[in-house]
Amino acid sequence: MNTYLRMYEREARVYKGVWRGSVFSSFVNPFLYLIAMGMFLGRLVDEQTGGVAGVTYLEFLAPGLLAATAMQAGAGDSAWPVLAGIKWQKTYVAALASPLRSRDIVIGHLAWVATRVALVSVIYVLVAALLGATGLASGLLAVIPAVLTGLAFAGLVSWFSATLEDGIGLTNLFRFGIMPLFLFSGTFFEISRLPDWMEPIAYITPLWHGVELTRAVALGTEPPLGRLGHAAVLVGVIVVGTALAARQFEKRLVV
Amino acid sequence: MTSMLLRVIPLPFRSAQRAKYVFERNVMVYRRAWMIIFSGVFEPLFYLFSIGIGLGGYIGDVTGPGGELVSYTAFVAPALLASSAMNGAVFESTMNIFFKMKYQKTYDAMLSTPIGVPDIAVGEISWSLVRGALYAASFMVVMAGLGYVESWWGLMAIPAAVLIGFAFGAVGMACATFMRSWQDFDYVTVVTLPLFLFSATFYPLSVYPPAVQQLTRFSPLYHSVELVRAFTFGVFDWSLVGHIAVLVGMGAVGTAVVGKRLHRLLLT
Amino acid sequence: MSDALVIAHDLTKRFGDFTAVDSIDFEVQPGEAFGFLGPNGAGKSSTMRMIGAVSPITSGSLSVLGLDPVTQGPELRSRIGVVPQEDSLDVELTVAENLMIYGRYFGLTRSVIRPRIEELLDFVQLNGKRDEKVDKLSGGMKRRLTIARSLINQPELLILDEPTTGLDPQARHVLWDRLYRLKQDGVTLIVTTHYMDEAEQLCDRLVVMDQARIVAEGAPADLIVQHSTREVLEMRFPPGTQEENIAQLGGLAERMEILPDRVLLYTPDADSTSSEAHARGIRPVAQVSRRSSLEDVFLKLTGRSLVE
Repeated sequence: MNTYLRMYEREARVYKGVWRGSVFSSFVNPFLYLIAMGMFLGRLVDEQTGGVAGVTYLEFLAPGLLAATAMQAGAGDSAWPVLAGIKWQKTYVAALASPLRSRDIVIGHLAWVATRVALVSVIYVLVAALLGATGLASGLLAVIPAVLTGLAFAGLVSWFSATLEDGIGLTNLFRFGIMPLFLFSGTFFEISRLPDWMEPIAYITPLWHGVELTRAVALGTEPPLGRLGHAAVLVGVIVVGTALAARQFEKRLVV
Repeated sequence: MTSMLLRVIPLPFRSAQRAKYVFERNVMVYRRAWMIIFSGVFEPLFYLFSIGIGLGGYIGDVTGPGGELVSYTAFVAPALLASSAMNGAVFESTMNIFFKMKYQKTYDAMLSTPIGVPDIAVGEISWSLVRGALYAASFMVVMAGLGYVESWWGLMAIPAAVLIGFAFGAVGMACATFMRSWQDFDYVTVVTLPLFLFSATFYPLSVYPPAVQQLTRFSPLYHSVELVRAFTFGVFDWSLVGHIAVLVGMGAVGTAVVGKRLHRLLLT
Repeated sequence: MSDALVIAHDLTKRFGDFTAVDSIDFEVQPGEAFGFLGPNGAGKSSTMRMIGAVSPITSGSLSVLGLDPVTQGPELRSRIGVVPQEDSLDVELTVAENLMIYGRYFGLTRSVIRPRIEELLDFVQLNGKRDEKVDKLSGGMKRRLTIARSLINQPELLILDEPTTGLDPQARHVLWDRLYRLKQDGVTLIVTTHYMDEAEQLCDRLVVMDQARIVAEGAPADLIVQHSTREVLEMRFPPGTQEENIAQLGGLAERMEILPDRVLLYTPDADSTSSEAHARGIRPVAQVSRRSSLEDVFLKLTGRSLVE
């Protein structure tokens, strides 16, 4: 058995114990947004504009929300749990006493996050399809870019969490990082509506690439940088994030 | 003067002359962690900007409280103010109270001094009110600066936000006294997020089918949103009395439960 | 009329069906160090909470500093100091700030508290840690800070609930020394403990509690004279041979206690008992002769060890 799989198994076992709490944050919350903003508010938007980017607002919002949900799940699972593993409960420290190396811990952890993001995304797509917000086949295909989006954030946030001493940094990360991304990276509206000076900022955030790619796959359109272009950016962020996290874990855990 | 005041204010507040020291402790603690309070200002502002730029552009105008057309952003802004008053009060009261009661034993320490349970209840609730007022005031400044406040009555939105904070803070604190572990906090968002999304915050009630419209009237946040909206647009009718009554009622019941529960948990 | 600081008569505390304190009587005199000795769950902490006016009595009567804890709680609490079993310090505040805010709880002004902070930090030897956050202190330092905190209102009576539980031996000795000085300064102390050495070190007089009742009362030395012999001989036998050896010990000592791992022989002179046993051909793998302690008193009164 590959060593990183042992870490994967550990994370999966922990999750089995606490999944009830995450049902709401990662499964139910996105639907509440989809229903409130997509269906009810969407009715107002469609009345005024006749649709956004050529589709109804609900169809426009659904894939954007999928990518944003993947981001939140990926970031959330790599924030407090990682800091706890390093500092509070020290489970990662304990794991290093076994033959596992710190890079096995990082890869096992990220593999597990990918599984969970996939799970959240598939269930989301099934319900969105029921609401008529997306086609079933194209929606399921869009799970792939969603998982890439989740992983991009999981790697970066794991690295960031591993540099921290207490939870205040994480609170700030969500308040000043994840939250604004959720609101300004094309999930709820096309970023061409942003003021000119803000648009380039959106281009460099991983979520924008995730939203564009997920939306393109779900709606069968061609995104600004092309599908391969956005995918390449996301994969690049995943590679860099994972490498940074592995290095930081090594620095923090092996002393 | 004081004795007359004592006769007017409700029972839990009467023997609470030492509540100011409980308040003082919080000031002392947060003097070093002011960043935590300060950063809480931004979340509703981010929502406001996002809606002003994005959805506001799509939707343009909606029917306001007086029946006239108003800009969508001006319509949502008071709802964001009310929601953030709710969220701030709920998280402050549940998380902090639970931590102080269960882990840090802060209240046990206070109770070994002349401070009593009513002092603690009143001190903690006043603290969350002042904090809520700070948030509301800073949000109002931005709102007014962007031109989303239509009337001088808008100033009244600040005390309205304090009332909302009182209602939700007291109920949240009462709930915190029943919580057993951190896992229970997952249920807090289970309540607050649906309230935030469905209480006629992001669109007029008329978007709903009639049955759902009736159901929405059970949401305490709906009454909060309508109250703040009435002030920022300067449009009043008798329903205002109802909204205020709901919030005052919540606050009074919550405070009474808190007093009882703290007594039972700390003084047996 | 007695001039005792604490007078309890028939004092009882029940939680539902469970009786935590079962009609106990005791008096604490001004200036003395009074102890409650007993195992966990004996009812010591419940008694302390009633004295500290944070737990209403179920029945009987209790007077502390001439006040009724139930109706005059705030007034009473303003004149006593409390060191709770678990530290309840404000971990987000510094050492000095903890003292400041606690003093404020008593309604003292800042200018009164400020010099007291310096005095108290001096007293508990934490001057160097003045502006350190409580988070960073060791267990012993936190305990000392808690004691300093309990003295901020210059109490006439100090209540300490298991003051040294969980501390290493060195930290315990530092604490005992500070408490001894307080007593010298005329502060009345009430201490609960399940350590007999602590009770012997600190207390002028104590009561032994077991299962919600007081089973003995007196000065530590008197209790030992009353309930035990001068010396004790402890014998440990090879595994499996304790029973056959016990059979041969008959008549050697005034009293014998059989514990799972050893046998205690109560005797006026441990050395001569030891030679007698030797003469009978008894060969323990290890033996200790020592003076009787409160542990032996407790064992005799309850048939159980204090710390299990």
